[in-house]
Amino acid sequence: MFKLEKRLQPSQKWSSATPFLAVASTMVFGGIMFFLLGIDPYTAIRIIFWDPLFNPMYADYARPQILIKAGPLILIAIGLAIGFKANVWNIGAEGQYIIGAIFGAGIGLAFYPNDAWYIFPLMVLAGAFGGFIWAMIPALLKIKFNTNEILVSLMLVYVAEKILVSMSLGLMRNPEGGGFPGSRNLQYYDAAANRELITGTGLHWGVLLALGLICLMYIMLNKHLLGYQIKIYGQSQQAARFSGTNPSILVAICFGISGGLAGLAGLFEVSGPSGQISIDFNVGYGFTAIIVAFLGRLNPIGILLAGLLMALTYIGGELAQFMLGLPAAAIQAFQGMLLFFLLAGDIFTNYKIKLTKKGDPT
Amino acid sequence: MTNHDLMRISAITKTYPGVVANKNISLNIKSGEIHALLGENGSGKSTLVKIIYGLIKSDSGTMHFENKLYAPNQPSAARSHGVTMVFQHFSLFDALSVAENIALGMDKPPSIKNLSNTIESVSEEYGLPIDPRKSVGDLSAGEQQRVEIIRCLLQDPKLLIMDEPTSVLTPNEANTLFITLDKLKLKGTSILYISHKLEEIRLICDTATILRGGENVGTCNPQQESAKTMAEMMIGSILRVPKKKSSTTSEIALEVRALNRAPETLFGTYLKNLSFTVNKGEILGIGGVSGNGQDELTNVLSGESLSEKNSIKLFGKPIGNLPINNRRLLGMLTAPEERLGHAAVPDMTLIENAFLTGKTREGLLNSNDFINWNKTKEFADGIIDKFDVRTPGPHATARALSGGNLQKFVIGRELIQKPLVLVVNQPTWGVDAAAAASIRQALLDLATLGAAIIVISQDLDELIEIADSLVTINAGNLSKPRLTKGLSVEDISLMMAGTGDQWSQEINV
Repeated sequence: MFKLEKRLQPSQKWSSATPFLAVASTMVFGGIMFFLLGIDPYTAIRIIFWDPLFNPMYADYARPQILIKAGPLILIAIGLAIGFKANVWNIGAEGQYIIGAIFGAGIGLAFYPNDAWYIFPLMVLAGAFGGFIWAMIPALLKIKFNTNEILVSLMLVYVAEKILVSMSLGLMRNPEGGGFPGSRNLQYYDAAANRELITGTGLHWGVLLALGLICLMYIMLNKHLLGYQIKIYGQSQQAARFSGTNPSILVAICFGISGGLAGLAGLFEVSGPSGQISIDFNVGYGFTAIIVAFLGRLNPIGILLAGLLMALTYIGGELAQFMLGLPAAAIQAFQGMLLFFLLAGDIFTNYKIKLTKKGDPT
Repeated sequence: MTNHDLMRISAITKTYPGVVANKNISLNIKSGEIHALLGENGSGKSTLVKIIYGLIKSDSGTMHFENKLYAPNQPSAARSHGVTMVFQHFSLFDALSVAENIALGMDKPPSIKNLSNTIESVSEEYGLPIDPRKSVGDLSAGEQQRVEIIRCLLQDPKLLIMDEPTSVLTPNEANTLFITLDKLKLKGTSILYISHKLEEIRLICDTATILRGGENVGTCNPQQESAKTMAEMMIGSILRVPKKKSSTTSEIALEVRALNRAPETLFGTYLKNLSFTVNKGEILGIGGVSGNGQDELTNVLSGESLSEKNSIKLFGKPIGNLPINNRRLLGMLTAPEERLGHAAVPDMTLIENAFLTGKTREGLLNSNDFINWNKTKEFADGIIDKFDVRTPGPHATARALSGGNLQKFVIGRELIQKPLVLVVNQPTWGVDAAAAASIRQALLDLATLGAAIIVISQDLDELIEIADSLVTINAGNLSKPRLTKGLSVEDISLMMAGTGDQWSQEINV
């Protein structure tokens, strides 16, 4: 018989060991799942985790892809993690990502074919603003009417997707696109393009910003009053009020930051790797970033590593689909396992298992 | 009366990782006696009681109940022997009636109607007036406790364990309880009575066993001891009773005038037209049973809730609409009742918790709102040193501290900032005698230095001990102030009940 006993202090060791254990368990149980699907688990896991990085056949293509995928994931996860630390649950980053992309691309397309230097910076501002505005809807509703921010922000993702479809088919459709849905490709428009900064690395402005923000987030959380207020509000709202933290402002700040960053991620994607506003522009970064934030323990360095790992499973997963005919759902289940094992492992951070003899009270 | 031993506990030891909670404890409970279990927080009382009630198992040692080996492995086994317990926190459902609540705890409940009759007869027999049809949500804390006691009595207990039963009661309710306990005793039921309140132990208990650091340090007859000697046995050193010397001046420090405040929560209390003043050097006590607006009043005074600008004046300056940190800058500080989750954050370190209220007045922020952690650590170290907070260090989390030590920390955190006006809510709630005495002494010292202090407390002895003047709060209304000198607990009890003509000796403060 087992019994869980609350620890006096959360275990630091467990807290840092959990992500590694979660990755290991995911490999084991994912392997079992692959085996049941009739695929050799060893090959599948090697293709997912090893080949994208080190197999000379794929690495040249795959390595830059990892940064391209990790960039938006990290950017969004930083914002989400700040909110999650404060117990403010923005689940709608996907929608803010879409709206950020629409705002940013909209500015770029409006200037076409002007080639002034200020166009890209303006797009960046517009992208952040778009995400910010979209995030303010659940934030203000929560502040004013105490609505549930999880539901509202999530529902707004679907609204944003509809707006995205409307834009691709209507307002932003490429007039020279022969009637196909989707906007002009910004990659072919120099003043609005978010280009790879060092050829062959996948590094673009968005990735650079994500790396810089990791440092900023660390400083803000550990050295700045705002970080303190975020942490205290997340742990006890009453104590936060006692410390003089204004709950409304804090909710707005958390949503503002996470929405703004998701919007930026959308802008860098639409002006970079994706290139255009299209019906299927969004691929779920806003949701995967939730996993990244938790896998990274809401900690800046952790988020950096988790973002890279998730990007790896994306690329490796695609590779496995392509090489082994693994269904896409299996890859998603594989990623889901990662979050599941992480949260399960978290129990041991706050509790320890005690063996009880038979007949003891449970 | 030659009573035999109902329960013999021999050499009970229970170790947790890093602490010995019970070290070789032996004690005997006679049948038909009220046996007090005394000790500071962390002295091992709860562990011992949980072992007796079958909630945890001892590592070694034996217990005999009615001369038979007794080793309950769960509470139901303890109950089948006739050992029952009334906890400090009730487990009752507000929406259900008294009888339904009691039926819930039974293995084979009789019909509600039969049960109601049984309840009525038991309640009459033991002087525990209660209507079994009333829903629990409408009962006062004292009545709810009666439900818990009746629930135990229905099982015909031979040993009834009571954990700090009077902590939720008004003095009158406590007296009713004492009468019930006496009746139980006459019927031969033994009672193991856990309490901090030495005076009531002297009043009702036949024997007292005192625990210190997990060991039995002595058994005594409380009626032959003074509260002071028992407290000294508990803490193992000489107890200094705070010395009261009034330092009230004539200069008004804080003036509250016609303060009205609607509650922010559904079950909150409406503060109605409150007016009072506190002078420099004065300690004003606010007595009352909890839930009568104390928390609301604390929040309005601290600045957590705002009110009309002119309803609160600090040295003549209107501050009713000033937020909490602005008030702190002006020298008005507050220590709320709830230590964990309000005054301090459980999972934050003492350094971070020191920053919680110290940031403005102690200047713990650098430019651009960056936190000066070095200075904050010095501030936390200062509190720990000055107020003798027992902790491994400032990096310990708040929840790792015992209740008394954390209380010393959160009160000390405000005291060290040299407040001009200090509001404390339940400063010694759940705190052991030694820590309580040092907190009270610190409050008195602060008043001597000229600060105005408001002490909100349910502990009337405490108010009589340190307050210069006293008001009581009842359903959001304040009584007129009276000088504490010469007031007895009974007088205050009447003030709390709100019988108006008691205020003939009203004074102008």
